[in-house]
Amino acid sequence: MGSGILRHIGHFIILVVIQVLILNNIRFGGYINPYVYVLFVLLLPIDIPGWLLLFSSFSMGLTIDLFFDTQGMHAAATVLLAFARPGIIRMISGRSDFDPGTIPMVSNMGIQWILLYTVLLVLLHHSLLFFLEIFRFSEFWITLGRIGLSGGITTLMVLIGFLLLDKPEKRGR
Amino acid sequence: MRNLFRFIIRYYFFFLFLLLETVALLLVIQHQHYQRAWFASSANFVAGNFYRFSSSITDYFSLRRVNEQLAEENARLLQFTTESFLKTDRQVFTFRDTLYNRRFSYINAEVISNTVNRRNNYLTLNKGSRHGIKPDMGVITFNGVVGIVANVSENFSSVISFLHKDMQISARLKKNDYIGTLLWEGYHFREGTLAYIPTHVDMNPGDTLVTSGFSVIFPPDIFIGTISEVEIRRGDNFFTAKVELATDFNNLKYVQVVQDLMNEELQELEQQTQAGAR
Repeated sequence: MGSGILRHIGHFIILVVIQVLILNNIRFGGYINPYVYVLFVLLLPIDIPGWLLLFSSFSMGLTIDLFFDTQGMHAAATVLLAFARPGIIRMISGRSDFDPGTIPMVSNMGIQWILLYTVLLVLLHHSLLFFLEIFRFSEFWITLGRIGLSGGITTLMVLIGFLLLDKPEKRGR
Repeated sequence: MRNLFRFIIRYYFFFLFLLLETVALLLVIQHQHYQRAWFASSANFVAGNFYRFSSSITDYFSLRRVNEQLAEENARLLQFTTESFLKTDRQVFTFRDTLYNRRFSYINAEVISNTVNRRNNYLTLNKGSRHGIKPDMGVITFNGVVGIVANVSENFSSVISFLHKDMQISARLKKNDYIGTLLWEGYHFREGTLAYIPTHVDMNPGDTLVTSGFSVIFPPDIFIGTISEVEIRRGDNFFTAKVELATDFNNLKYVQVVQDLMNEELQELEQQTQAGAR
């Protein structure tokens, strides 16, 4: 468990660095801004205590807010993502008897499960985030468009992250 | 009472979520009313130094372009030196020129963080209160308007970009001095929108737009952009024009922070007038 915590702290730092240093400097046609840092929350163990899930997501959101001058927006969206996560895991897998410490991965959950898991949670996160960013409904359709476009790219990047993190020796199980 | 505690402990996940979400949303709402953030601003120490570090690496890639810009700017300034003027009247000489009093001075700063693809964009500059930057100062480049300083720390300042939903700049049509409001509707970072120009005003694509100088934030006659399309939106009594912005927000490296030396005098006067009128 000790090295497990270190691993997640590692994810945290690496994802913040990627988000702030790399993704912040790439312009995808003016509309699209992927928020790949949500992968941190998606990668937490399935049986993580609720309070730890919420607090670690909140601190991830606040850290991103700190760098993006967005005061609370990312925190709100990430906490919502964390809150919805247990329910969505229960909904899409139809069971709750996971081995203790199971981390959602392609090798143990299957690519379809991971895809559905990512799409649902990313869309939820981006919806709250983009509506908080504009803070009004007058630009409703263009905001929906932004959610769809950015959500798609985020999902793609998160999936690449899942595939990169999947260790080959585990795949044979 | 014990039942209440048991209830809260049983559903603590939900209540903790509510608590954290409320804290986050309060931060967001407070930020809506009060742009000058107290909590998270890239002017703060950690984020500021982090951005400065990353900028110190990426600086080298833009050296060539920055040099070209500087050469261009030098050429422009050279034409204002006394050597480039022909003195026609040898009888008059100036001892102390009281006709021209300096009103604006500029602090050069480097952009160490910048975005264009969000609905609300911000910049971080590598200079702060130690260099004389204060909140509410305007930020320009030598060809275009950039934004307004929101927050300063000792060494950094955080700027609300023009590409922000709450940003409005008073703009003037250069050819006939009509004033309109320039804002950004969130489409493309080179495209602003000029609103509230009456329909009788002669306005065509290609017209030049400059700052009005009515606010104490931007000096007058700073080039903003050119009109690219004029339309009357359905149900509107005004022209709405698309403006091709002069500032390339995706390509900012050095900016000038505007210091209005007569700001205090002007505000004092305006306050006196308003107090007297009441």
